Amino acid sequence: MQLTIKYFGMLAEATSITEEQLQIDNCSVSELVEKLIHQYPALDKKDFKVAVNQQLVNHNYIINNKAEIALLPPFAGG
Amino acid sequence: MASNNRYNRQIILPEIGESGQQKLNASKVLVIGAGGLGCPVLQYLAAAGIGTIGIIDFDLVDTSNLHRQILYGDSVVGKNKALAAKSRLEDLNPIININAYPEKLTTENAISLFSQYDIIVDGSDNFSTRYLVNDACVITGKPLVYGAIFKYEGQVSVFNYKNGPTYRCLFPEPPKSGSVPSCAEIGVLGVLPGVIGSMQANEVLKIVLNLDHVLNGKLLMYDCLTTQSSTFSIPRVASEISKVLTLAQDFETVDYNLFCGIQKIKEISPETAFQVVNEAQFIDVREVHEQPKINSLKPVCISLDDLQKQINNLDKEKETIVFCQSGIRSKKAVEILQNHGFNNVSHIKKGALAIAEYQTLKEV
Repeated sequence: MQLTIKYFGMLAEATSITEEQLQIDNCSVSELVEKLIHQYPALDKKDFKVAVNQQLVNHNYIINNKAEIALLPPFAGG
Repeated sequence: MASNNRYNRQIILPEIGESGQQKLNASKVLVIGAGGLGCPVLQYLAAAGIGTIGIIDFDLVDTSNLHRQILYGDSVVGKNKALAAKSRLEDLNPIININAYPEKLTTENAISLFSQYDIIVDGSDNFSTRYLVNDACVITGKPLVYGAIFKYEGQVSVFNYKNGPTYRCLFPEPPKSGSVPSCAEIGVLGVLPGVIGSMQANEVLKIVLNLDHVLNGKLLMYDCLTTQSSTFSIPRVASEISKVLTLAQDFETVDYNLFCGIQKIKEISPETAFQVVNEAQFIDVREVHEQPKINSLKPVCISLDDLQKQINNLDKEKETIVFCQSGIRSKKAVEILQNHGFNNVSHIKKGALAIAEYQTLKEV
């Protein structure tokens, strides 16, 4: 399946991209995150939540269809 | 009739009308922080005729704030932000009540303060305050209009509203201390908090006017460089909310700095250090060539740059005392050690220079 991955805030800095396409078999969110951290080690030290098709999900959620994934970090500034 | 003229352009909107204006005049909104986000929030709420506005901020106006904190000018640099904002807003709209609290929001004052208002707006700039604000909103049952920024991006949401999710349903745990930098460290484009703060003010007005499409249970992400925004649904996590409610009883004693990984750095005098010379492990984090050498404390010499690499050679369980030349690098070293699980660690105030001076005095 094809996934669009979107990186926000400091995550886009850690990966040096804001968006990419990925071909991947069905997987859980945590498997996907593991794969992304392997690809971008700088993500490992970051905190973020994952949204699948604009819906925040937890790490055992299974992605089994073409989807848009967003990695959302917390911001502190004001 | 003067007030009707003031609010005429919004009263003629069919969604607002006279009755909507009365709702605005009767509402009470507390704004946490009168900085980049707080300024536009306060400006629009005061202009719209929110009847009672509270402003809490302990900080002083600095010249470096003026590019984005648009309530202030050169004449109030050095003044408290809550007081400076109040005096500016009293000119903007003299027929509303403005309460300034020139103090820090703490677990001691939050509950009684929040109880006096209908809606809380978070314009703070750090995670300790953000979790404190969320939890106090959950405990007092107040809706929270949230906004936060990072460089060119911002987040907006409404939490704890009509049985919706809370900030902890989105981010249950604070990030590791230091992993998310502040505006002071990395900079911010002045317009961004203007946009995000205006969106927060807009959510407040929608809540007060009971309009639809409040950002309840939704996180809006906005990027001012690409001018793109996306909205994400946040599920309500009941266990996160009940966890906060169990804090209610002892709320005053919760340490949010500790929760957010901000540990206090213990500083000791040379005299105190010599009292434990036989029990504690001492670390000299200066470079090898730096003088005077402090042999009497029998320190392990590991320069600050090498500390991380050699940390496994040190005993976590032992009382650890760090020093450098003047007490600046040793403070950094304490942070590094604390982050690696050293719980009993302190540094010597003013470093080797103070130790040498103490030794000379003792000899005389």
